[in-house]
Amino acid sequence: MLLVPCPHCGPRNAADMRYVGESHRRPDPNAVTIEAWREHLYMQRNPAGLLRETWYCRAGCRRYFVLERDTATNQFVDSPTGVDKLGGKA
Amino acid sequence: MWRDVPLRTSYDVVIVGGGVHGLACAYYLATNHGITDVAVLDKGYLGGGGSGRNTAIVRSNYLTPEGVAFYDRSLALYNTMAVDLNINVMFSRRGHMTLAHTDSALRTMRWRAEVNKLQDIDSDVIGPDEVKRLAPSLDVSPGARYPILGALHHPPGGIVRHDAVVWGYARGADHRGVELHQKTEVLDILVEGGDGPDGKGPGGTVTGVRTSRGDISAPIVVNCTAGWATLISDMAGVALPISTRPLQAAVTEPVKVFLPTVVVSGSLHVYVSQTDRGELVFGASVDPFNTYNIRGSLEFTEELAGHVLELMPSISRMRLLRQWSGLCDMTPDYSPIMGFTPVDGFLCDVGWGTYGFKAGPVSGEQMAEAIATGRTPKLIEPFPLSRFAAGDLVGEKGAAAVGH
Ligand SMILES: Cc1cc2nc3c(=O)[nH]c(=O)nc-3n(C[C@H](O)[C@H](O)[C@H](O)COP(=O)(O)OP(=O)(O)OC[C@H]3O[C@@H](n4cnc5c(N)ncnc54)[C@H](O)[C@@H]3O)c2cc1C
Ligand SMILES: [Zn+2]
Repeated sequence: MLLVPCPHCGPRNAADMRYVGESHRRPDPNAVTIEAWREHLYMQRNPAGLLRETWYCRAGCRRYFVLERDTATNQFVDSPTGVDKLGGKA
Repeated sequence: MWRDVPLRTSYDVVIVGGGVHGLACAYYLATNHGITDVAVLDKGYLGGGGSGRNTAIVRSNYLTPEGVAFYDRSLALYNTMAVDLNINVMFSRRGHMTLAHTDSALRTMRWRAEVNKLQDIDSDVIGPDEVKRLAPSLDVSPGARYPILGALHHPPGGIVRHDAVVWGYARGADHRGVELHQKTEVLDILVEGGDGPDGKGPGGTVTGVRTSRGDISAPIVVNCTAGWATLISDMAGVALPISTRPLQAAVTEPVKVFLPTVVVSGSLHVYVSQTDRGELVFGASVDPFNTYNIRGSLEFTEELAGHVLELMPSISRMRLLRQWSGLCDMTPDYSPIMGFTPVDGFLCDVGWGTYGFKAGPVSGEQMAEAIATGRTPKLIEPFPLSRFAAGDLVGEKGAAAVGH
């Protein structure tokens, strides 16, 4: 399907992962307006090109990490970065 | 089937995307409202997107009252389509069966059946014996790994020849004066006066489109590009809650007809029907990550075969002929995004996910009415883009995640 380079386990099939989706930091729920919160919840960039996204290594190390991938070709372009669940650096 | 005419530099309405949605919209603009100065533009060929790749299932047994009313209108239009469009669309109302393998699935089926019946939709929960009678090849034994506890049965559902629907609307629109332009890619949407730095975005007004064959001016531009929907709406400065995922399907060699109804199993992520030619057509859920790349995968066929054999062990020696894939525009609530947007003159008919083929006729009809009257018709009122900012989602996942 797609070999996803997990920073801890090495390349693993995408079926071993859970795709969390586009990476962006969650706004502070206590400070944010309801409109901005819903925008965070629902809106997508969905580019046909480079996308920073979060994966969860479900069947392996069970850690979250961020990768950049070209969604037109499915090529990963940089080395993965470990992150916490909400998309910030670990 | 349709004329090949030169591309002009202005139209009353430009429709981006020559799938069933764009073509139906053009057809109903011309037929119901006499608006014929319309161009449908497609970067490839008509029906080259999801409209020529789907598994052609139609039904109206959805979960929300809004969804049920909407899809039922589409079924009604499918019912008379062969006559209306003078083309054999091979609509086979063979019934649609969604299997329940768990108590919670059975509970959702009962819920759906009650919502359906309230709106006069033929829909009922049936037990394993009735399942076996309707589809004898299914293994309904209690010892199965995923035992069949019952099913939601929807007799009016069925399959339609998708290509014929595309060609029928295209020809019908063409006969009434609509222009169809293939190999014409939209590269930009021209917008003036918007909040964005380039004059695009909310508050702006559409003035036309830039295409690979030149600029076109138009006061109305309609986005009917399904899997490519956000690329087009970005050009107008309108953000959408849509992510693009491929959906794969596969077909076997033809054999004598033995499966008289459409069978869906949500728990097993698989559905199957048999065409009039005898091939079994299979589908599953969307691929597990966003991409515009429609390369198929071995995981899909492996998983599919395993699950199909749990349902129908007797077909273990049938051979797959082909597998393919198409792009789906997924929304958070498994419901479409239809009608006006914050950019004046820029309309959307997108968010069709894995269920948009059956919705083609009603969407075209309602979008045409919206364009002709400038108002949102009642049937599509539940589906505006603004519902996400308002937190007013429609929640159709229970009936649309696998059973397209
Ligand atoms: C494998 C599969 C099975 C499915 N099964 C079912 C089913 O059983 N039942 C059901 O109801 N639905 C099903 N669907 C979903 C259904 O096929 C789609 O929702 C539906 O076809 C969408 O139609 P459309 O006209 O909106 O878009 P499409 O048919 O995808 O057409 C969009 C068009 O836009 C064009 N386009 C894109 N970008 C540009 C541009 N920049 N300029 C010009 N043109 C452009 C494309 O070339 C394309 O032709 C399935 C989908 C797939 C992939
Ligand atoms: Zn890992």
